[in-house]
Amino acid sequence: MPKTRVSGKASTGTNKTSKNGKGSRTPAAVTEDGKELFDPEKAQEEYNKRKKSQLESIKNTSADVLREMLYQMVLGRHFEQKCAEVYRIGKIGGFCHLYIGQEAISIGTQLQLEPRDFVITSYRDHVQAMVQGIAPEAVLAELYGRAGGNVGGKGGSMHMFSKEKNFYGGHGIVGGQIGVGTGMAFAQKYKESGGVTLCFFGEAAVNQGIFHESLNMAGLWNLPCIYICENNRYGMGTSQERAMSISSIAKKAESYGIAGEFVDGMDVMEVREATARAIERARSESRPTLLEIRAYRYMGHSMSDPGKYRSTDEIKRYQERDPIVLFKDSLKEAGVLDGKDFEKIDAEALAKVQEAVDFAENSPLPDESELLTDVYK
Amino acid sequence: MAELTIRDALNEALREELVRDENVFIMGEEVAEYDGAYKVTRGLWKDFGDKRVIDTPITELGFAAVGVGAAMAGLRPVIEFMTFNFSILASDQIINHAAKMLYMSNGQFNVPIVFRGPNGSAYQVSSQHSQALEAFYANFPGLKVVMPSTAADAKGLLKSAIRDDNPVVFLEQERMYGLKGEVPEDDDFTIPLGVADVKREGTDCTIVARSMTVPLAMQAAEHMESEYGVSVEVVDPRTIKPLDIDTIVASVKKTNRLVIAEESHAFASVGAEISHQVMENAFDYLDAPIKRVSTAETPMPYAKNLEELALPDVPKIIEAVKAVCYI
Repeated sequence: MPKTRVSGKASTGTNKTSKNGKGSRTPAAVTEDGKELFDPEKAQEEYNKRKKSQLESIKNTSADVLREMLYQMVLGRHFEQKCAEVYRIGKIGGFCHLYIGQEAISIGTQLQLEPRDFVITSYRDHVQAMVQGIAPEAVLAELYGRAGGNVGGKGGSMHMFSKEKNFYGGHGIVGGQIGVGTGMAFAQKYKESGGVTLCFFGEAAVNQGIFHESLNMAGLWNLPCIYICENNRYGMGTSQERAMSISSIAKKAESYGIAGEFVDGMDVMEVREATARAIERARSESRPTLLEIRAYRYMGHSMSDPGKYRSTDEIKRYQERDPIVLFKDSLKEAGVLDGKDFEKIDAEALAKVQEAVDFAENSPLPDESELLTDVYK
Repeated sequence: MAELTIRDALNEALREELVRDENVFIMGEEVAEYDGAYKVTRGLWKDFGDKRVIDTPITELGFAAVGVGAAMAGLRPVIEFMTFNFSILASDQIINHAAKMLYMSNGQFNVPIVFRGPNGSAYQVSSQHSQALEAFYANFPGLKVVMPSTAADAKGLLKSAIRDDNPVVFLEQERMYGLKGEVPEDDDFTIPLGVADVKREGTDCTIVARSMTVPLAMQAAEHMESEYGVSVEVVDPRTIKPLDIDTIVASVKKTNRLVIAEESHAFASVGAEISHQVMENAFDYLDAPIKRVSTAETPMPYAKNLEELALPDVPKIIEAVKAVCYI
């Protein structure tokens, strides 16, 4: 399987990758726009073809890191399932967008960052906030609108932030954070910090003008920004096919002379490796990358989505390639972890989620004096 | 004191702040190699280079966003809009992002950024290039809004805006760039945001004016003094948000009459807000209903005579002063 199927001509990083010979493994069945990979059965065929190299990558990664990756994925899954549960009984107000099905993206990308790197994302931000180091207790208490919440009850589900952890927020305007993330990378370059920015957004945000404006500037000014399009197939209830004139988002990178790549978002190791290449390109060459990471949103757009625009059969087909199940199978096959370890990880994650619930339930409401604080500094 | 145009006073402020703080940079369309569409940034690119003075593509939303992200990450961007009409494309970043970041993040991420450029009408540039947007931006908590009317104010306020830890919308006026005034020769000269200035003392009637209407109000005041013996006080709030209502109220309590002259449209304007606050704070002191002089409720026409008819001018302000003085 190629590491880079679509490349910007101006990207030396991309060319390097193909010089490594990895490009020669392109299966003839996959066209340049990768359209057939939207089909889960086809994606699984491709996955099986690269299984051997995936197992090798697993063997080359420390067991502690692999365990942490699985733990974070399982924690994210249980956490979001708990959010759905407590949302339904009225514990959480407003919007609540869940990450179930997309865990491999956050875990595969963020767990290799350095303290000088920044992260910014959309409103589907709970798991990314936790992976970045914000306590699950603080995230859930924020959803509850409590004083102990990550931002004291002022932001809610869509607006987690941590300056300490370089988490520049969950943002609620589709695509708005793409421009802000570009500015964060601009500052990293200006200050010569050596840091890179991971800027997450969904595939529907690609249709906003800010996507084009941002990638143009990042390409023009050589900004160390990694644009991570989490293609979960739907912008609210509108499928990508109904909203975008072409099927490949990665290919759009060519328009800006930057590197672009499709990534199987159900394969956490593939995500991790593609991100590593993009990070290297950003750090050593100060060049941006556009990663189109294809996953699938199991739940509705938000908790208020009745989901009438797709069939349960479709959802089931995609769930056959569940990222946690695939990763567990590989870890088992590689002899890194076994069933007992999985049970232990599951229990740890469930206990952590319960701690978060207990904390949120017991956290007081924000004091009324907080209404007018932090409007101005 | 040195006599400078408003353009050069702004240029000095930018230059001094670029020297003072290496985190300050200027970004916008034609600000660098072209020397600024209105020459406010003249010479800065030559002296400070590509890193500090940056030409952008025509991509207002995009470069406003870069400014917001850079400010969150510790820089102090000065974002120039060639005119504020173009800021409307960027308003998602100014309003949805810059204005709310501190609050949404519970005080963790502030956005020390200045959005600056000419606001309001110029000379026959028609509908899409002649809008005064102060009321629009002043409506959003989290933003500060500044409107200088003299060279000294322009310099002192811009320096304060750049040093401020909040997003500041700094509204200049193209018609006023060439106006000259005395400016203190001190590279640490600043004027605090949120402090009004009494531009002319008087006892019989107050005119609250800002930006372009300040010089018009001054001429109207001279005329009222010489022709009618009416002593007019001119108050310039200088900062629209936060608004120094105390200085305005103190003036009204002294003169008992108020005219508000503004370049924006009247409906839901800053003048409407001032009028309301004066009613709340000095209702019993008013001897006549408050009058407003504003731009006509129409997109700006191109034809010179129609444009003049639409805009506030000295005769219209004189008429308003006469009306509140029952002359």
